[in-house]
Amino acid sequence: MSEKIKFTIDGKECFAEPGQNILDAATDNGVYIPALCHMRGIKPAGSCRLCNVKIAGRLMTACTTPVEHGMDIENDIPEIQGLRLAIIEMLFVEGNHFCPACEKSGNCELQALAYRYQMMVPRFPYEFPVKEIDASSPKLIIDRNRCILCKRCIRSFTDENGKNIFAFKKRGHKLQINIDAKLSANLSDEMAQKAMDICPVGAIIRKEKGFDQPIGTRKYDKVPIGSDIKSVI
Amino acid sequence: MSTYVKNIIDKYNNDETRLMDILIDIQSEIGYIPNEAVEQISQSLNISIVDVEQTLTFYHFFSQKPIGDYVVYLNNSVVANMMGRSEVAKTFEEEVGCGFNNVSDDGKIGLYSTACIGMSDQEPAAIINGCVFTKLSPARVKDIVADMRAGKNVKEMFNEYGDGQNNSELIKSMVFNNIRKRGEVLFSDYENGAALKKVVTMTQDEVIEEVKTSYIRGRGGAGFPTGLKWDFCRKSEGEIRYLICNADEGEPGTFKERVILTELPKMLFEGMAIAGYALDAKNGVLYLRSEYTYLKDYLENIIQELRETNQLGENIAGKQGFDFDIRIQFGAGAYVCGEESALIESAEGKRGEPRNRPPFPVQKGYMQQPTVVNNAETLCSVVKILLKGADWYTMMGTRESSGTKLISVSGDCRYPGVYEIEWGLRIRDMLEMVGAEDIQAVQVGGPSGTCIGERSFKRTICYEDFPTGGSMMIIDNKRNLLKDVVKHFMDFFIEESCGSCVPCRALTVILKNKLQKILDGNGVMNDLTELKKWCNMMKQANRCGLGQTAANPILTTLENFPEEYEKLINKDIDFNSGFDLSAAVGESCEAVGRTPNL
Repeated sequence: MSEKIKFTIDGKECFAEPGQNILDAATDNGVYIPALCHMRGIKPAGSCRLCNVKIAGRLMTACTTPVEHGMDIENDIPEIQGLRLAIIEMLFVEGNHFCPACEKSGNCELQALAYRYQMMVPRFPYEFPVKEIDASSPKLIIDRNRCILCKRCIRSFTDENGKNIFAFKKRGHKLQINIDAKLSANLSDEMAQKAMDICPVGAIIRKEKGFDQPIGTRKYDKVPIGSDIKSVI
Repeated sequence: MSTYVKNIIDKYNNDETRLMDILIDIQSEIGYIPNEAVEQISQSLNISIVDVEQTLTFYHFFSQKPIGDYVVYLNNSVVANMMGRSEVAKTFEEEVGCGFNNVSDDGKIGLYSTACIGMSDQEPAAIINGCVFTKLSPARVKDIVADMRAGKNVKEMFNEYGDGQNNSELIKSMVFNNIRKRGEVLFSDYENGAALKKVVTMTQDEVIEEVKTSYIRGRGGAGFPTGLKWDFCRKSEGEIRYLICNADEGEPGTFKERVILTELPKMLFEGMAIAGYALDAKNGVLYLRSEYTYLKDYLENIIQELRETNQLGENIAGKQGFDFDIRIQFGAGAYVCGEESALIESAEGKRGEPRNRPPFPVQKGYMQQPTVVNNAETLCSVVKILLKGADWYTMMGTRESSGTKLISVSGDCRYPGVYEIEWGLRIRDMLEMVGAEDIQAVQVGGPSGTCIGERSFKRTICYEDFPTGGSMMIIDNKRNLLKDVVKHFMDFFIEESCGSCVPCRALTVILKNKLQKILDGNGVMNDLTELKKWCNMMKQANRCGLGQTAANPILTTLENFPEEYEKLINKDIDFNSGFDLSAAVGESCEAVGRTPNL
């Protein structure tokens, strides 16, 4: 077995496998770095920018940066935590997130992060953009009001023939998730559920399927997000 | 299955990485990309429809619906507006009978706006069916619209031809070079092929060493030492290496590449071949912005000529095993593709989203192989460096900035155009040289650069002081800096962001709205504090150069022109939401027919 890489996060001594990215390595060492676009096991996107950490005075996304020997990483410092809160707030104002009416409430990672970072009201003015809901697929509803464009569905989900069901469309502030209605029609119920579970928010919702779990008993209803890695002090 | 779409797809061997070319050809053949074509592409390339659409919808010049037999793309850059764009636009609308972003009722003429088209020295300008029309006036627009109504061929609508090669058979455009100052490196005597002949007598290491010693740095703006980049690439492991020339030139106010491509294409291709030799790359790609499609036939003809004279192709310059060839990859309207990794994505037929680093392009670039991306000006300079030696080159310029630099000068000055200057020129001297008076500000390096005022005119153009890709927009005192320039630049970034990174996608809009609040007279001091804080977030938190610099128009004017902001601020109050209650309830007031006492 190859030798482990030694590094520190906020002074804590940590060890990583060679080639491992900082985010996964931190998780393995009981250090919580928040992220919305990252999913372990798929190629990092580095797009939500929440996992920014400071290395040698520079901000780097933890998900895209491989750990190197002797790296001293700053994570839980006011500058970075402040930036993360700001990014969470940006996501709230650029979309239309009405938690009480959302099927994903309690299982939503954006909502959970807002709680963990104790967001009160976003510092930025709400934009209340007009977004389309795409219900053309017989299996799934794409609610773009809630989509945070993390690309998780694009990066990790294909149909059984390996074809992409999801892709980006347009660019910039008009960027949106596009769904291949025809291909998605052939998805099994399990696959449709998987698509919904991949989504950190409530942008991908199954059709013809109600709530399994009552609100109040869901994943982040009792403990903050990331508590399995590191609890909030 | 439509035959012409099939023919186009066949031409590119059903290759997914040539999706850009397939879409470009269909767009130019039928004027838009119909859904049936999208379906056909998806079937032939065995990819999803959404895969085709993700590339298609990323680029400004692709359209999914008909946009007119004649498609007018009128430049909407800051400089175009300074030079009278609004009158020209109004005349277009009146004569055509529809507003912008629309097609006339008969489907004949479409009017669209577009970002800087590389003609800042001859604005207002427009691209009509691929042909460039410069120095437009309301009177000219009337003639052009009449010609379109009469069904004339676009090339018959020109009323003059430009200078130099612009007037040659394969270009025949209205564009003028406006070369105002010739320097020692680029616009000096050039014998085609001489450097190549010399290079093949050298080893690859010697070539790279010479480039390193010359200390030439990337001329696109970032300034990475070229020799070092070549060295990194050659030392990277890969099956094959690629050399890409970046001629995307999307930074508003820049047009030097246009002149290089028009007047020095042979020097450029020779530079690419030299780089190919040094890197052991057999394939070169010239990534050219869509706006310069009018140069396509001319450039392809020159590439063919160079193949015939053994300067491209196999065993170049008689050297066994020195094989190198070039293909042209056109973009389709996306500023971000000037960023090297976005450019690579685009050249692979994808959306122009910048990649994460590491790996760097020199490690894993085009087709995941070691790739060097060099600016066109850099590659031209390399030709002279190898011919005349690094020592000759380093005698010019300053300590850390050797050689010469092309600057593109536009805006409020008497002599807009391209100047080949030695690094180390003071801004003040530059302004005098170009005939600028009554100057309020100079936008150095385009929107992503710095807006400076009088106080900074003593600074010099060089890497150690004021590095720049070369765009110099001069803004005189009669302009409203915040409204006419800064806000415009923010709109530009909002439009051109790829949208991947949250701060770049969301904060550009938030910042622009904040600026608008101030321009509307609703600003308080705290707005300025917040503006500054939020701009700094952009700088830190984004992945690529576009996102990191997208707040610069606000940030650098806050720093250099604070009084422009402060004079709009109401200092007597601490808070103003900027919310206009009567406007918000206007519609319902009208519906019920009474006005509350607000």
